Amino acid sequence: MPKTVANPPEELPLNPPPGAAQLFAAFAKAGLLGFGGAQVWVRRALVEERRWMTERDYAEVLGLGQVLPGPNVGNAAVMIGRRFAGLRGSFAATGGLYIGPLIVLMSLVLLWQEFADDPHVGAFMHGTACAAAGMVIGNGIRMSGRLSPPPEQIAIGLLSMLAAAWLRVPLPVIVLVLGPISIAAVVWRGRRPQ
Amino acid sequence: MTPEAWDIFVFFLKLSLLAVGGANAAVPEMHREVVDLRHWMSDETFSQGYALAAAAPGPNVLFVAVIGWHVAGAQGLAASLIGFLGPTFVLSWAVATLTQRLAGDWRLAALRSGLVPVAIGLILATGLVTAAAAARGTATEVGVAILITLVSTLFVWRSRYSPIWTLLGGGLIGLALLR
Repeated sequence: MPKTVANPPEELPLNPPPGAAQLFAAFAKAGLLGFGGAQVWVRRALVEERRWMTERDYAEVLGLGQVLPGPNVGNAAVMIGRRFAGLRGSFAATGGLYIGPLIVLMSLVLLWQEFADDPHVGAFMHGTACAAAGMVIGNGIRMSGRLSPPPEQIAIGLLSMLAAAWLRVPLPVIVLVLGPISIAAVVWRGRRPQ
Repeated sequence: MTPEAWDIFVFFLKLSLLAVGGANAAVPEMHREVVDLRHWMSDETFSQGYALAAAAPGPNVLFVAVIGWHVAGAQGLAASLIGFLGPTFVLSWAVATLTQRLAGDWRLAALRSGLVPVAIGLILATGLVTAAAAARGTATEVGVAILITLVSTLFVWRSRYSPIWTLLGGGLIGLALLR
């Protein structure tokens, strides 16, 4: 009996769609754990842990959330909440995402003077920041690996990355130039549903 | 509502729909308005608040709450969040409505698939930019910082364990080596 498959979570069927309360709980956990980029934790919760969405489905919602103004994961929360539980779902997901971190952040702001000068805190936070950067990169690679994109999509992804990180091209320019090219590439591949 | 809270609300309302790329993209504009033009916060308080918001869990957009709190207390906090997140909430809702209505349309499917590589590229870029910003200090410290980032990348990419372990590990290594 083979014990492992390439990507076990992809093989398993999705769980039944959540209600508003379940959405709130999932997003609250992702928000509270969401050091260094809540998007990583929301993806983990929805795709890998609770299996409410496929990798591709989540990536597409996040892609829309990315090009709309505002935080990508906040926009995704509104759209995912709406899909599963309507307006209540959107409010539940949004509220869950922000409420925990807001309390933590305001506590930090109020306590800041107590530990601002402690070098231990600074050193710990510096190490965490390095790890968080790696976490965001690793999560991006993991996502693309599980989507197994065709070569032209890999090229477009790498171009977007270089344009933003190295050339510092403003985000609207990247989206307006590479977005249409990428969409055209999808059409060219003939990846039409139905 | 106090006049300051109202000003905060209007300011963030106007900024909201311009923040393509999230709150980080709007930080320079916030700095210009909040520190340079209106003198609501000192440069130091602004940077400190930003660092705290980046270090705390959750979306960095919560930085606007720090500004609101600083300028007009609890009312300012609520005003900044509602002002900044309200319009994006409505727009995302409208887009979600539209995409659900058009479900099955091949043009929408192409749009959604087409945005994925761009979004993942931008996410990777965010990681690279923050990694570069965190790789600072003496030559040894830069080496340690890059090593933490690389190990963390591999850990999150290849393992199914929670990323909390790599964050904790990174923090502890920082405590030992980055002082």
